[in-house]
Amino acid sequence: MAYFLQQLVNGLTLGAIYALIAIGYTMVYGIVGMINFAHGEIFMIGAFISLVGFVVLGAFGITWVPLALALVLLIAMLLTAVYGWAVERIAYRPLRGSFRLAPLISAIGMSIFLQNYVLLAQGAHEKTLPPLITGGFELMRSGGFVVSVSWLQIIIVGVTLVLMAIFTAVIQGTALGRAQRATEQDMTMAALLGIDVDRTVSLTFVIGAALAAVAGLMVTLQYGVIDFFIGFLAGIKAFTAAVLGGIGSLPGAVLGGLLIGLIEAFWSGYCPSEYKDVAVFVVLILVLMFRPSGLLGRPEVEKV
Amino acid sequence: MMAAQPAPEAAMSAQAAERAMTARLKDAALAGTIAFALALPLIGFRTTDTGQGFTTRFGWVGIGTAAVFAGRLLLGFVPRRFRLRQRATRYTALPEGRAVTIAAIALIACAILLPVSPFASRRSIDLATLALIYIILGWGLNVVVGLAGLLDLGYVAFYAVGAYSFALGFQWYGLSFWNMLPLSGLIAAAAGILLGIPVLRLRGDYLAIVTLGFGEIVRIVINNWSAVTGGPNGIGDIPRPTVFGMPIAPGAPPGVTTLNHLLGIPYDPIQRLVWLYYVALAVALAVNWFSLRIRRLPIGRAWEALREDEIACRALGLNPTTIKLSAFATGAMTGGFAGVLFAARAGFISPESFNFQESATVLSIVVLGGMGSQLGVALAAIILATLPEFGREFAQYRLLLFGAAMVAIMIWRPRGIFTVRAPSVRLDRT
Repeated sequence: MAYFLQQLVNGLTLGAIYALIAIGYTMVYGIVGMINFAHGEIFMIGAFISLVGFVVLGAFGITWVPLALALVLLIAMLLTAVYGWAVERIAYRPLRGSFRLAPLISAIGMSIFLQNYVLLAQGAHEKTLPPLITGGFELMRSGGFVVSVSWLQIIIVGVTLVLMAIFTAVIQGTALGRAQRATEQDMTMAALLGIDVDRTVSLTFVIGAALAAVAGLMVTLQYGVIDFFIGFLAGIKAFTAAVLGGIGSLPGAVLGGLLIGLIEAFWSGYCPSEYKDVAVFVVLILVLMFRPSGLLGRPEVEKV
Repeated sequence: MMAAQPAPEAAMSAQAAERAMTARLKDAALAGTIAFALALPLIGFRTTDTGQGFTTRFGWVGIGTAAVFAGRLLLGFVPRRFRLRQRATRYTALPEGRAVTIAAIALIACAILLPVSPFASRRSIDLATLALIYIILGWGLNVVVGLAGLLDLGYVAFYAVGAYSFALGFQWYGLSFWNMLPLSGLIAAAAGILLGIPVLRLRGDYLAIVTLGFGEIVRIVINNWSAVTGGPNGIGDIPRPTVFGMPIAPGAPPGVTTLNHLLGIPYDPIQRLVWLYYVALAVALAVNWFSLRIRRLPIGRAWEALREDEIACRALGLNPTTIKLSAFATGAMTGGFAGVLFAARAGFISPESFNFQESATVLSIVVLGGMGSQLGVALAAIILATLPEFGREFAQYRLLLFGAAMVAIMIWRPRGIFTVRAPSVRLDRT
């Protein structure tokens, strides 16, 4: 029971991170109907910018953890958002209205490019960051097993929830959100009605990238080890989360993220952990085969 | 403002030019700022691996920012009609069919003559064999992506299946290269059908992600199922192809005649490489002949029809699932052949050789060469296989350039650099 609870806590933390990345996939898919294959790389770049941020702030003598954390959060979200914007502007916008597979191939190219760009700029070795936030509390104790929750895990889940609340409010209540929903339904019609479609799409990428940067920061803090390749697996898992929840649906992405995090944590806890990635891929395949619209998504009708 | 009394029109055009210049400067400044924001965190600082300190490279950031600013400013002066734009995605302005034929024949002649040419060395023959393996892979994926329009991101799975079935077939049952070449192709095709049945109902981009997942599953399973596949240590001592049952070797166990003994020529390691090279060339030509022929059959035409419009295909009574499955199986079989050749060339295989990078490389060969074009794919494969040989410096930037090239090609020449593909069937205008 205690072991189960511990896996639950770990799974929820991991799930929160996946959910943050999955929102980027789901929003972009909803609005332009393409899989932003480079989104995992944006997450990886966010992690690297966070790492650089901590190290540079440390050199300036800013070591008080809450201040450093807030500053790095801000810097990482801002600079990663620029990356998100640039990727859309360079690799996707010129392809709007091109043939079906063009944006996806372009996205794969972008993903390879960004991976190797970071490899060349920052080196191939794993980067470690000494833990900044330590400590936690005991949730319960049964037998010899202690279920512990670290402060960091609380922060991760807390920040995720707050950010999600903010962005849900943005999409439901503001002019930007209305423009987004209109563009999602019919791009041409939205443009005719005076919505700046290019700007709306750009902002979608910017928001997605900013959230991925938060996920990158969380991973850097939680695991303390990053390299240029982390975006690949994390990207696929977050995409699986988005599909599982129903691609295009924001609450679906959160639900899917949490489910994927739990599946991974429980699989690692009870089954051979080398195959935990296989478990996630199998979930992806099963969902796409039997319920392609996901848990909370709308079924898609193919039109001529 | 040199003239004493400028005519009103001239003043106006001067004003307009000034305004245009301001706009260009603003635009360039914005691009420069963005470039600066992109470069500063990742190029400007480089952390040490322990995360304790960092080194700075602000010079590079400055150069990059200045380059983007200048480039954008200059671009502003290029008249709009001279700028690169996306070409039409339909087949326009095809080169003459005869030119393509001549180029193809010349290429084949070069390939046949290579081992007797002055360029022949162990290194060049080995490299040419590698290029041929990539050409076969490219042509195999070309059937799936270029003809049928199914984006397969896990193509390396079939390559791995081919290589491992050859290695395991030899290890367990002592089957030779010639037994395993067709068998591995069949096994890979079966794997393609097996993986294809559940997923081929999916739409294009979902299919891409699922195939990517399959590719990773195959790699993870090979990596962890140590009892059968040797795990991360791989399988070694894979035999090279024999010549009608006779190995090319300095000496032989009793009862076996080596080719060297039969012909009475001394053994030289290059002989093995040349033989493998010709075997690969023969497989490649067979694959090419097969794909050119199958395109004209109803099934091949159905692939292309499916790529253009799936709904129309269904309305005309074609079954998309069977058509896709046949394309998938054909591509997988070709990948299996390439896997066998790869295993025979290296003599050793491990899961490391079958990662996503490999799938991406083959995909970029197909994209660069022009989806659907046999000659284009061959040229792209030769270029991509031989480029890393021009120095380690370049090898480092190879994947970076692949990625950038894939984006650039999708934007400017979505049908590939060497767009030499003629439609398989064309209504003649009389």
